[in-house]
Amino acid sequence: MALKTYESEFKIVRDDSKCIACQVCVRQCANNAHIYDAEDEKVYADDSKCVNCHRCVSMCPTKALHIEHTPLQFMGTANWTSSAIRNVIKQADTGGVVLTAMGCDKKYPNYWDRILLNASQVTNPSIDPLREPMELKTIIGKKPDKLEFENKGGKVSLKTHLTPQLELSTPIMFSAMSYGSISLNAHKSLARAAFEYGIYWNTGEGGLHKDLKKYKDRTIVQVASGRFGVNSEYLNTSAAVEIKIGQGAKPGIGGHLPGEKVPEEISVTRMIPAGTDALSPAPHHDIYSIEDLKQLVYAIKEATRYTKPVFVKIAAVHNVSSIASGVVRAGADAVVIDGLLGGTGAAPAVMRDNVGIPIELAIAVVDARFRDEGIRNQASIIAAGGFRNSADVIKAIALGADAVYLGTAALVALGCHVCQKCYTGKCNWGIATQDPYLTKRLNPNIGSGRLMNLLRGWSIEIKEMLGGMGINAIESLRGNREHLRGIDLHDKERELLGIKAAGETW
Amino acid sequence: MKRIYISEEYCIGCRLCEIHCLVAHTKSKKILKAFKDEIPKDATAAVLVEEEGHLSFALQCRHCSDAPCIEACMTGAMYRDKKTGAVLHDEDKCVGCWMCIMVCPFGVTAADPATHKITSKCDLCAGQDSPACVANCPNEALVYEDRENES
Amino acid sequence: MFRFEKKANPFYEKDVSGCAVSAIMNTKGRRFSSEGIVKSIANQRDRSNGLGGGFAAYGIYPQFAELYALHIMYQNQASAHKTEQYLDDYFQVEHKEVIPHRHDTVISHHPFLRRYFVKPYPVGEKTPDRIFERLSEDELVIKNVMRINTGFDGAFVFSCGKNMGVFKGVGYPEDLAVFFKLEEYSAYIWIAHGRFPTNSAVWWGGAHPFSLLDWAVVHNGEISSYGINKRFLENFGYNCTLFTDTEVIAYIFDLLVRRHDLSFEMASKVMAPPFWDEIEKMPDEEKELYTTLRATYGGALLNGPFSVIAGFKNGIIALNDRVKLRPLVAARKDDFAYVASEEAAIRIVQSELDRVWSPAGGEPVIVMLEEPAAVPTAP
Repeated sequence: MALKTYESEFKIVRDDSKCIACQVCVRQCANNAHIYDAEDEKVYADDSKCVNCHRCVSMCPTKALHIEHTPLQFMGTANWTSSAIRNVIKQADTGGVVLTAMGCDKKYPNYWDRILLNASQVTNPSIDPLREPMELKTIIGKKPDKLEFENKGGKVSLKTHLTPQLELSTPIMFSAMSYGSISLNAHKSLARAAFEYGIYWNTGEGGLHKDLKKYKDRTIVQVASGRFGVNSEYLNTSAAVEIKIGQGAKPGIGGHLPGEKVPEEISVTRMIPAGTDALSPAPHHDIYSIEDLKQLVYAIKEATRYTKPVFVKIAAVHNVSSIASGVVRAGADAVVIDGLLGGTGAAPAVMRDNVGIPIELAIAVVDARFRDEGIRNQASIIAAGGFRNSADVIKAIALGADAVYLGTAALVALGCHVCQKCYTGKCNWGIATQDPYLTKRLNPNIGSGRLMNLLRGWSIEIKEMLGGMGINAIESLRGNREHLRGIDLHDKERELLGIKAAGETW
Repeated sequence: MKRIYISEEYCIGCRLCEIHCLVAHTKSKKILKAFKDEIPKDATAAVLVEEEGHLSFALQCRHCSDAPCIEACMTGAMYRDKKTGAVLHDEDKCVGCWMCIMVCPFGVTAADPATHKITSKCDLCAGQDSPACVANCPNEALVYEDRENES
Repeated sequence: MFRFEKKANPFYEKDVSGCAVSAIMNTKGRRFSSEGIVKSIANQRDRSNGLGGGFAAYGIYPQFAELYALHIMYQNQASAHKTEQYLDDYFQVEHKEVIPHRHDTVISHHPFLRRYFVKPYPVGEKTPDRIFERLSEDELVIKNVMRINTGFDGAFVFSCGKNMGVFKGVGYPEDLAVFFKLEEYSAYIWIAHGRFPTNSAVWWGGAHPFSLLDWAVVHNGEISSYGINKRFLENFGYNCTLFTDTEVIAYIFDLLVRRHDLSFEMASKVMAPPFWDEIEKMPDEEKELYTTLRATYGGALLNGPFSVIAGFKNGIIALNDRVKLRPLVAARKDDFAYVASEEAAIRIVQSELDRVWSPAGGEPVIVMLEEPAAVPTAP
């Protein structure tokens, strides 16, 4: 046997004075990191199997467990970090790609943390959202340049009618995560929370499970390069259709759901044979150019009889503003931009950590470009990728986004501890897995309630911040960069973000 | 009456219900002290997780409205609490005939091998707002509700 | 005292101000002197601090009623020279003069002030080498005004309507009235403003009213939505150049009423719309109307506290923000209409009133000329 020359990343620390050998940890760890020895009547640990997901820690009734990053580190250098060394060794061992999941794990500048919000003092009263109206309602879709009215016997009525729109009670939606990459219970939680809170959830590219059709009016169905589960009925069981071109975590590459993760239910939903690999090609093979995209946009509009807005999702790459402009001109009702920090169920680490640009800059340049071209009203901008809290959301809106998509934050609300092992299919929290023993750990009754709590909490905070700025409707903040100031930013970055420096006055 | 209902689709087989049931029926009710000093090694809880493959559920006395164990008990040790409707067991009156075990359609009463009397009979954790198994179920696979009086 | 340097600033500028506003209008189009409006605005002296004041007057140039009256302030002779050359390329300048003013008032320092009565050349005439084509006269005036105000250092067009004019500067409004010899004019609508800016960016162009074509806007308040109102307007070719939030109101009126043909009522429902809760309770057709209005024109919603009076050739409209965070009082007496920040500012002009009321937040007060044709166009 070849010598394994790198050690475990984590160390399981068990406090023997507290361990009652109840074996809850043993039963809860899908990675078999805890082993019960019946003879010794003791639980032992295999550190090498631990992924630091904290399931055992959370479940241990006596709080006897603790996970540490192993103190044993490679000598290394500032350049040759332990993870750099470990990855080289792993690849030398296997000849494979280093796989990972979730969002970018490199410390690039975070612009949200370098943008400050404004508040009213004296000259402009702040507004108390607990006592006065504070409106977060957001309407997504193409808007006309101008409205026309007609006067019928003194009664004014609309001559211009809006094309189909989505109405959100708060400017937040759940982003695309496919059935396959996450469990049906996760989908149920998202769908139910979206339905009850008055927002939208997104099926991702894996089709729509039959049990979720009842949430149709709050469902965005996705059409990606693999076209899984796509047929006329699917497109019409929705509030909107989203064409996925790219994903922030892995712009430019497709996806691969291995056959062992395609059991009966997923096979039916995705409309592929059970046990076969579900391959999403890197590009759509019928979209090699912007005019091809236009054809698909209109093919979908035809198939849905122009009753649904069509979104196009692209990853934030260097040329994002021109691409987004092309997307709008191709007929999209909303353009979704997924930033550098966007998550995934599986991606090569090199892609996740090195490709794309931050969502903050992408929102700013796309919004500015649309306004320069006079097409800002023709499509909504939906931002995705790494939103951690309501402040990130409100800053995105002030930069110019209409709404944001939450992926990771929603999963964390469902229990995810961001261990980044989604691709193993052994998610101990019952989210990124299809193992029936694990999926039932996510009870959609609890999950949807937690998601609604999150939406409620963030919405209250957004209202507080808006009221502080003396604004009582979210549309008055959208694209209103006057309320943002930059700190610790270069002039060029501020120019791109379109914001002044902290300390600069109106 | 308020009963414990089971949602087997959410039972994750962690057996925290069993652990907390045992603790709730000790004198100290403190988990570490209970497991170190009070609970015998081979003790069985009044709730038992039945498991096969990925399917599991936690079962305890159903407190049947037509309880065969009360019918079968010759000493009146098994009785119904007039106030709560729960089926309870008086250990002082029990003579260890195990008739209740034989007639129980759910197999949720068990004998204590040491005393030969009936032990670990679910008492709905009398006096508590919520039985320990329900209170400590991390996934709401057990709920304590009064569904009979629902419209 | 007057600052012209910051034109190319890529960022937005606005000032934060509390203020006094007042307007008097004769609904029969009868012209009257400036005495009342000066008295009214002077009575609200506490609401301003001497850092800006101004007036708009409608019907003052009957002899040039068909010509655009451009009021321009210049930082120096060079900027005047350059701008006048440009005007000559695009406009037939029928008459040009210094805006009459006194030299012995408390106003001790001011820009060069000139006015031009002009008519745009038809397409192709005079200047074949031009950049704007197929525009109406109004559009051509706007384009050129925007061009001068963004591209010509030291020059600002602060009034460009027909048969109306704006007179404004740094000082108390009643002092500026003396400076500008307002007693020599008679108008059927007078609008006045006294400014209380709370930052130091004080300059002549920043005083109210703000005017575009025959719109003149005075405003008390702070537009918290300014950043998006400005960017929304840029989408439609308006460049906000005057370093204050008030000009967006003038441009929004121009966009909605003149270009998009919305009624004044509808335009005020864009600027101060009903709350979603109220819309929810409306009958279906109305619900769709207001939902569509808010969805389409969300960028034109004026958020933050304001009371605003806008004048145009056929009347005035006064509007509060939708939660009424700033004062506004309206009154009628015979064929006179009054609006002001305070009732006292109306009573001092006309103590006997037929009706006085305080309009609710978001409810516009719209006063139109009874007979628009009655406006005298010639002396």
